Amino acid sequence: MGMGLHDSQVSNPVLRWIDQRLPVITMIQKEYGVFPTPRNFNYFWNFGALAMINLMIMIATGIFLAMNYTPHTAYAFDSVERIMRDVHFGWLIRYVHMNGASMFFIVVYIHIWRGLYYGSYKAPRELLWILGVVIFLLMMATAFMGYVLPWGQMSFWGATVITNLFSAIPVVGPTIVTYLWGGFSVDNPTLNRFFSLHYLLPFVIVGVVFLHVAALHITGSNNPLGIEPTGPQDTLPFHPYYTIKDSVGIVVYLAVFAALVFFAPNYLGHADNYIPANPLVTPAHIVPEWYFLPFYAILRAVPDKLGGVLLMGGAIAVLFVLPWLDTSKVRSLRFRPITRVIFMLWTINFFVLTWVGAKPAEQPYVLISQICTMFYFAYFLVILPAMGRFEVAMKLPESISRAVLGAKAGLGGGPMPGAAAAKPMEKA
Amino acid sequence: MADSMASQATGGGAAPGVTKRDFLQLTTTAFAAVGVGAIVWPFIGSLAPAKDVLALASTEVDIGPIAVGQSITVMWRGKPVFVRHRTPEEISLARATPMSELKDPATDQSRVRRDPWLVVVGVCTHLGCVPLGQRSTDTKGDYNGWFCPCHGSHYDTSARIRKGPAPTNLPVPDYTFTSDRALRIG
Repeated sequence: MGMGLHDSQVSNPVLRWIDQRLPVITMIQKEYGVFPTPRNFNYFWNFGALAMINLMIMIATGIFLAMNYTPHTAYAFDSVERIMRDVHFGWLIRYVHMNGASMFFIVVYIHIWRGLYYGSYKAPRELLWILGVVIFLLMMATAFMGYVLPWGQMSFWGATVITNLFSAIPVVGPTIVTYLWGGFSVDNPTLNRFFSLHYLLPFVIVGVVFLHVAALHITGSNNPLGIEPTGPQDTLPFHPYYTIKDSVGIVVYLAVFAALVFFAPNYLGHADNYIPANPLVTPAHIVPEWYFLPFYAILRAVPDKLGGVLLMGGAIAVLFVLPWLDTSKVRSLRFRPITRVIFMLWTINFFVLTWVGAKPAEQPYVLISQICTMFYFAYFLVILPAMGRFEVAMKLPESISRAVLGAKAGLGGGPMPGAAAAKPMEKA
Repeated sequence: MADSMASQATGGGAAPGVTKRDFLQLTTTAFAAVGVGAIVWPFIGSLAPAKDVLALASTEVDIGPIAVGQSITVMWRGKPVFVRHRTPEEISLARATPMSELKDPATDQSRVRRDPWLVVVGVCTHLGCVPLGQRSTDTKGDYNGWFCPCHGSHYDTSARIRKGPAPTNLPVPDYTFTSDRALRIG
């Protein structure tokens, strides 16, 4: 072993030569092979891996779509139709990309929900959580710009409405909007720069995902009980237990994805986006894609333009400070009976916000959106800070292995590494 | 228990030491390979010429205005095609060439559909430059056909390679005469 070489344990000589100079194999074995993972994960813990798979699918399909797409207002719509009709398997790549965006948000919303319910945002995972919110913001920016690219009616008018929001900023607002547009309305310069940024941001997301997973591997994963593992008897090596469990999750995820792509590819979309963009004709109901609807509802709930923008931004901003708003020492809502009920109501409230975001801005929908917006913020700003102080939590289990294995946990467990290792199935 | 499970190992596993685990690993790997193939196939397939490229109309050429000894260049599938109205001297020179002198032997008759017309793809078979010889001011090389300036390939009056690094004759595309004054390439 020379100076400056990593002390690699890889047996294959070619792989060891590489590993000594750049220990990627050692890293994979450590972070995804033996990595001690709580043994009581439920299927909610699949969704991070599903999000990563989804990101890879979006990048692959996106790159191949970009080979045939033209980011010019005169050609964009037709180039997408060419992909659908003339490019071999173009329809498939397009529908996978389009529905993949929806799948990405479904997966990420469930992933976030898991974090909220089980207290994964609490110390020491605050930065992990914050990085996740950053990824969420990047996803929203990417999805918004991606939706503009086909240059349909909704593409154009959605872009017009959302970019116009920035004019609410006092003093510099209108200038910012002009710089965003590259002109005096949403037009070709806007489309071109959105294409560039839409190609760029997913790779920024990859970088932040790397940081997100790195941060996770410092603190270790949370688990449904919300109590930290106390030793090897509480954990399992990631491979093969969670590689296999994730494989099951991936199959279910692909089944849902395939059902969308092959049987209802336009169900989650808006028919108006198959009409080429027309700056002179505003559609009767401008609706963003479903995953933006809750925030769109919050935006429209406030009668003041700037207020709506601030509150919509605030709805995400509040997530950044959540680790400090929730004062409870107990992580998992499983052991916080009152907060758990309120959180379920908050979840239903989120669905109601989604539904009302698609409705026209008339009564009674406006009132509903206002009530729901208030409850959305009240949960974070009033209820969670208060519950930490006033709620009496249930008794936490002694350890994960005790909770999972019952009284037997004490026997054969303990600090022996063998207790956590996978036993061979059969060898005579 | 290990024995009975080993004996249940299927997939022809009467051999000792082949376990159910081995079977599962093999089948999982096989299906994973099939899965990867199924995913990669549409991506690679999308790189092939799309239907609008394939549906390119053939190129129609009006050969009426081409004088004797004159050559024109038309575009076909993104490439230049030389249509030469050959002189009787050019034709007899091409016919008189012995096959032993040719790097890529082919009779002039096999490369021509109707005299005095020669139709060839104007892309040098060496590395793809467009040879000179179409204009009356161009050099036609040592064999009075075409000359590729990139690496010095000489083609004769039947567009066959005579000297230089090109390996094969200029290819003859598929074409038909739609009348005495017109032909269609492709």
